[in-house]
Amino acid sequence: MDHFPANWGRPRNDAIDLYATHLLHPRPNNRAKDAFADSVQRTQQPIVTGTSVLAIKFKDGIMMAADNLASYGSLARFKDVQRLQAFGDYTVIGASGDMSDFQFIQRLLDDIAVAEIAAQDGHDLGPVEIHEYMSQVMYGRRSKLDPLWNSLIIGGFKDGKRFLSYVDLLGTTYTASTIATGYGGYIAQPLLRKAVEGYEDVLTAEQARKILEDSMRVLFYRDARSLNKYQLATITAAGVQISDSLHLETSWDFAEGIRGYGAQTQ
Amino acid sequence: MDSIAHPTQRQFNPYSDNGGTILAIAGADFTVIAGDTRQSEGYSIQTRYAPKVFPLTDRAVLAVNGFAADGNMFVKKVKQRLEWYRHAHSKDMPLRAIARLIQTMLYARRFFPFYVYNILGGIEEDGTGAVYSFDPVGSYEREACRAAGAAQSLVQPFLDNQIYFNNQQPAPGTSHPVHLPLPTILSIVIDSFTGATERHIEVGDGLEMYVVLAKGRGVQGLEDVRGVQELSVTEEGERIFVIRRDLKKD
Repeated sequence: MDHFPANWGRPRNDAIDLYATHLLHPRPNNRAKDAFADSVQRTQQPIVTGTSVLAIKFKDGIMMAADNLASYGSLARFKDVQRLQAFGDYTVIGASGDMSDFQFIQRLLDDIAVAEIAAQDGHDLGPVEIHEYMSQVMYGRRSKLDPLWNSLIIGGFKDGKRFLSYVDLLGTTYTASTIATGYGGYIAQPLLRKAVEGYEDVLTAEQARKILEDSMRVLFYRDARSLNKYQLATITAAGVQISDSLHLETSWDFAEGIRGYGAQTQ
Repeated sequence: MDSIAHPTQRQFNPYSDNGGTILAIAGADFTVIAGDTRQSEGYSIQTRYAPKVFPLTDRAVLAVNGFAADGNMFVKKVKQRLEWYRHAHSKDMPLRAIARLIQTMLYARRFFPFYVYNILGGIEEDGTGAVYSFDPVGSYEREACRAAGAAQSLVQPFLDNQIYFNNQQPAPGTSHPVHLPLPTILSIVIDSFTGATERHIEVGDGLEMYVVLAKGRGVQGLEDVRGVQELSVTEEGERIFVIRRDLKKD
């Protein structure tokens, strides 16, 4: 029995209030709740997405690369997006996947950064702590079946130690000396491993930069959701440095020599 | 008017399979618990070093295989429960109690399971080597040996033959030994993993073998092992050692 008379609706007889002048105010909803009703909003998919992030260890720390594109499906929608973000003085997070979820993550991390500064306890968060925090957030959200649709790479340098790790929407984590998300996992990762594995302690910053630039170029040639405009982040004992947008030099001369696909007559 | 929303098909799958294989073998007064260190998803190797075997106490080691995110969370929670036990009782939880704890923790998630196969190895209170194996929802039993994970179907039959001597006829007038010595078991473990690495794409990169020795047992069988490293702080009580080996990376 619904004990709110207003919920009973309008009088049935039109003769009483022919033109529906009787006001119905917002009423408490006493209907049975559908436990599944709001689950519909939860099932999501990425909308505006960023493609691969690459990261490697080198002699003095970590170097990361990501292009500046945020795609809307196959549309190259936003071409000036920063997907590498510094947190604190020691850490950079690179994000692929849903860019609005990444902005939410940036807000979370800004909040704990503020709390950390306010505490003034002589401690500050390094890459290890930020990785642990992000892995718990990501795993917590996947367990609510409401994931943050990202693959994140966390790179940092603190107390003389390099740190490079991965967290994704399932809460899966790992560390390695080379990490690549998305399409980069298929195309760039083999190149990175060949160039880096076993040489982590000898590669110079210049060599690391060249390895990443070459891999970003290969990705731009082959990944249809990529852009020839990218940024590099370098994290060393000197701190975090994120470059301005860089332009990838590409050469399409080879296309002239291809015969048999296009409209050429010979 | 709010319409009655219909439950829609979920396409988000909260689970994944990260490959790899684990195994444990109990001896008379020791236990060996081992796992490879490759973590993969699909055909991609994510990392060549992600440990799957974790020392819990001075006499218990847990190997975890399946969905890596669940595995890490599960180990974290087991370790937390063991720490609470230490604070409450000023001693480490006995192995069979850890086994029952794990079953309870797994079954508590019966309707959103940890997608993880657990193998617990160590020394019982009576000083014998023991292996407990679990399914993802907590069914468990004590055994002498068990393999789990991607290459379970390759390794377990090998173990059945080499440890339980299934389908082997003893030489006339002799019988099969009930317990094998430590060096024999270590070579069976290494052979299991090199074999699994040859034939299974999700197994390889590195091998970690933990050896738990019963209280008062000497280190015989470990002296000549290359690169063995002790984890326990004192020689009183049970002792834990770790041995690392490379596996093929292809």
